[in-house]
Amino acid sequence: MALTAETPRIVADPMVPRVGRIRKRVRELSDVWTLTVEMDEPFAFAPGQFNMLTAFGVGEAAISISGDPARPGEGLIHTIRDVGPVSHALSHLEPGDYIGVRGPYGAGWPVEVAEHCDVVILAGGLGLAPLRPLIYEVLSGRKKYGKVALLFGARTPTDLLFRPELEQWRRRLDVDIHVTVDTSTEDWYGNVGVVTTLVPRAAFDPQHTIAYVCGPEIMMRFGAAALRDKGVPDEAMYLSMERNMKCGIGLCGHCQIGTVFVCRDGPVFRNDKLRPLMSVKEL
Amino acid sequence: MEGLERIVKEHPFFAGMKDEYTNLIAGCAKNVRFEAGQFVFHEGEPADQFYLLRSGRVALQISAPERVLTIQTVGESEIVGASWLVPPYRWGMDAKALELTRAISMDAACLRGKCEDDHSLGYELMKRFMPILIQRLQASRLQILDVYGAHS
Ligand SMILES: Cc1cc2nc3c(=O)[nH]c(=O)nc-3n(C[C@H](O)[C@H](O)[C@H](O)COP(=O)(O)OP(=O)(O)OC[C@H]3O[C@@H](n4cnc5c(N)ncnc54)[C@H](O)[C@@H]3O)c2cc1C
Ligand code: FES
Repeated sequence: MALTAETPRIVADPMVPRVGRIRKRVRELSDVWTLTVEMDEPFAFAPGQFNMLTAFGVGEAAISISGDPARPGEGLIHTIRDVGPVSHALSHLEPGDYIGVRGPYGAGWPVEVAEHCDVVILAGGLGLAPLRPLIYEVLSGRKKYGKVALLFGARTPTDLLFRPELEQWRRRLDVDIHVTVDTSTEDWYGNVGVVTTLVPRAAFDPQHTIAYVCGPEIMMRFGAAALRDKGVPDEAMYLSMERNMKCGIGLCGHCQIGTVFVCRDGPVFRNDKLRPLMSVKEL
Repeated sequence: MEGLERIVKEHPFFAGMKDEYTNLIAGCAKNVRFEAGQFVFHEGEPADQFYLLRSGRVALQISAPERVLTIQTVGESEIVGASWLVPPYRWGMDAKALELTRAISMDAACLRGKCEDDHSLGYELMKRFMPILIQRLQASRLQILDVYGAHS
């Protein structure tokens, strides 16, 4: 039967989650877990995109995808910090449990703009999780970029996310990795100082650099300022914003900053677009 | 001596400074090295030197009961010590080499004397110190904000 305008069609409701099952749960830090979710169908995504994850009976939260976009067979990977009811329920799901997944949503990290440029990835705290898919992509296509620097800051040495992987990346000779913590006791021999102090230490050509920044909002603001001081223009910086979300698809207005919806127009924004919005004190 | 003048001149802290001044400054300088674990100075001691690191890393630390807190680490091309600039010229914290560290040590009294004799030299030095002090103040503010805390 040919479809006519009157023929009823089943259209997937974007607000209804697909159901996945937890394959693996790994504790990263005292309050952070990484979940690997098994989906029935392949799940393609771009670095920097997020899903709305549902802990059934509790609620839904926006969570970035932290896995490798080139390895869909690994499952759908999210790294979650237990800060409230939904993130607590999500991060405590056990292998075999069901989870709701809507997405992938949002504009991610534009990787292609960095080709032939130096790349600076500036991460603070859990901000390394949304940047990890980008790091995988940059490292797998390493030849396309100039110098690559990963600058990562956390609160203390025990808050360093993905530490084994950081050590693995550090062993590569083609990535300049600087890690720092805000404070530490004597058993840490690495750098101490806020993440912005790493910017002057990294080797890159500021005029030919693309910078990707993710972390708490204040850290991103000061991080972007440190990059600007070094000569990187706002047009070459991309920041990922977090705002409370409900629909995730530009319908409800929950995530609005000025004229943009973080879920639909972001979460990744170029800094020359973002800065005027962020400088408005009352939104 | 000639070697020291060149080392002083080439240190990023003195980038762009007139030869006349770097030569004067080199008169207060000497080469030093610290083994890993060796203290560069201790809290409360007279701040009679400051250090321009050439290689290695130094931790600025505060000892609290039963623990030592590292507030900042300083590396190659950076400076250690600002207390020599202002009375009572005493170190506000400990500084310890984390690895083999090579530095130029500056005799503070010698340098202060030269700055008193030639205020232009003093101003040149201030212009180099102030941005570092402001950056460190800004960094301390960020540390206090605890941006990675649960409610950031
Ligand atoms: C685009 C996007 C991507 C995100 N990606 C991730 C991710 O990859 N991993 C992740 O864990 N979270 C991520 N978040 C944040 C996550 O959506 C929230 O942490 C979650 O909504 C919290 O819900 P809740 O019910 O557990 O806590 P709530 O009840 O909403 O909050 C409980 C308390 O925690 C504070 N809080 C909320 N969010 C955070 C936060 N991110 N950091 C620190 N404190 C917070 C609140 O201010 C409140 O005091 C992302 C958010 C957005 C918008
Ligand atoms: S979350 Fe509804 S518009 Fe963005």
